[in-house]
Amino acid sequence: MTVGEPMKMSIAELEEQARVLRRDIITCTTIAGSGHPSSSLSGVEIMAALYFGGVLRYDPAEPHWAKRDRLIMSKGHASPLLYVVLAHAGYFSTDLLETLRQIGSPLEGHPNMSRLPGVEASTGSLGQGLSIGLGHAFAARIDNADNHVFVILGDGEQDEGQIWEAAMTAAHYNLENVTAIVDHNKAQQTGWVRDVLDYSPLTEKWRAFQWDVQEIDGHDMEAVLKALQHAKATQGRPSCIIAHTVKGKGVSFVEADYAYHGKALTKEEEQRALEELGWQ
Amino acid sequence: MAVKPDIEFKMGKATRDAFGAALREAGKTNADIVVVDGDVNNSTRTEWFAQEFPERFINVGIAESNLVGIGAGLAACGKLPVIASFACFIMCNGYDQLRMSVAFPNLNVKVVGSHAGISIGEDGPSQMAIEDVALALGLPTFTVIVPADEPSTHKAVAAMLESVGPAYMRVGRPDVPVVYGDDPDFTLGKANELRSGNDITLIANGIMVSAALEAAHALAADGVEARVLDMHTVRPLDVEAVMRAARETGKIVVAEEHLVQCGLGSVVAMAAAEHAPCAMAFVGVENTYAESGDPAALLEKYGLTAQHIVAKAQSLL
Repeated sequence: MTVGEPMKMSIAELEEQARVLRRDIITCTTIAGSGHPSSSLSGVEIMAALYFGGVLRYDPAEPHWAKRDRLIMSKGHASPLLYVVLAHAGYFSTDLLETLRQIGSPLEGHPNMSRLPGVEASTGSLGQGLSIGLGHAFAARIDNADNHVFVILGDGEQDEGQIWEAAMTAAHYNLENVTAIVDHNKAQQTGWVRDVLDYSPLTEKWRAFQWDVQEIDGHDMEAVLKALQHAKATQGRPSCIIAHTVKGKGVSFVEADYAYHGKALTKEEEQRALEELGWQ
Repeated sequence: MAVKPDIEFKMGKATRDAFGAALREAGKTNADIVVVDGDVNNSTRTEWFAQEFPERFINVGIAESNLVGIGAGLAACGKLPVIASFACFIMCNGYDQLRMSVAFPNLNVKVVGSHAGISIGEDGPSQMAIEDVALALGLPTFTVIVPADEPSTHKAVAAMLESVGPAYMRVGRPDVPVVYGDDPDFTLGKANELRSGNDITLIANGIMVSAALEAAHALAADGVEARVLDMHTVRPLDVEAVMRAARETGKIVVAEEHLVQCGLGSVVAMAAAEHAPCAMAFVGVENTYAESGDPAALLEKYGLTAQHIVAKAQSLL
């Protein structure tokens, strides 16, 4: 791989990479004894395709490379997902994953851009990542540059009004270099999204806000890759990908229970989970 | 320091006007400046920058949370965003974003809040920021600036744009008296002594600086020589100047157009308490919201005039 040229795995390799990422998400959160593994597991295919499928332009040796694309994890509680991806992409050693959430570690409970290379925005107060992404997109426009900005949003996060302020602004200014990806895993902290605050129809909302909208199975690697490529190529308006996902994807007992939000697996649960993922 | 010897101040422009003019001026030499507006550019005077540099001006509509976030993203890309709205709207509606997206990552975003204080007058309390300085002080890493008049605001804007890191500047709506000469000294974090004296110190910022000078003039008629400090930078505070005032004059009155419990007075009192405790009194908005009305009448009713400063000073003498 030459400098600045993204890693580009085949679909089969990406699927295997996703299995590695899931393993590491579970392991590092269980070592930490806290964190949000289920919110991280739902976005694995999206992040694998972005970083290892040739979509995102980046260079781990030069984290502030001016020509890089941006990935902003607006749902900051999915920090384990971001960290395992950045580690495997080469921003830092995978050994660091074991220090998650410990004092002195740059792998804080929620992403801190001041402490960890590859983190483009400090997040954790929901609703803010898309606006930050717009700032990056405006900066690129002013500089006549072609950086693309991907922002991963939670579906519980759609409750935040700031998301829709940003959605209107991106459409008004035709920010074609912005892609919002909604990790639509149907669950939030205290229940299913439809029970907490039923904001349906989500796809129609983003369409009404004048975004180019695709609705996909967020665990179908080929579909994810195709949607990301389409979004990056879209001209004249911003893109939104509604990725239907499963919270806790890959671990049956986590998938079945939204109460796993914000809970690490115990040592025993970790073993069961890794077995289900085919690791032991 | 070229200070007018008497208290017959010439009326100058509003500090928001000085901000708008200085920003347009800075835009000519600094191509990194990007101005983000919450659809009040004709009030904040950022329209003057917009007219000259439309490609570096973004009106995001009436959406302060989004406005702050966009500023954060621009700063992360190396731009120098100046984000401006009414002080109460950008600080209150945008506060979580100022905390999470700007202060915590320590990004170089310059926040300017106009129409601060009760001197905006007739539009009433919903538009009057009386808590913006307190909120800015609640953001670690933020420099907090409250300039007094037209010439010093020009200098303050330039100094703010040269500084690195997040900053909040408060500017006002009405025209204000000119207390400085044409080319005032202005260093962030360094108080300006506008009048010397060793009997008592009057520390003020914003529109209360001219009131403090007026108060000092009145006190002098009674043989009391008051030192007057323009504490234009609330953070970093000029602790040295506070210590000297406490030790050399033994008494300090602080005056600000802000809630009296949580602004300049609080930080000055803390500095004095820690280094050189002395008798103190405070002039500001007392635990209440104001109301609509003529600005001068409001300042009189809510205790923000030279006479109120004199009364507090006399209580310490």
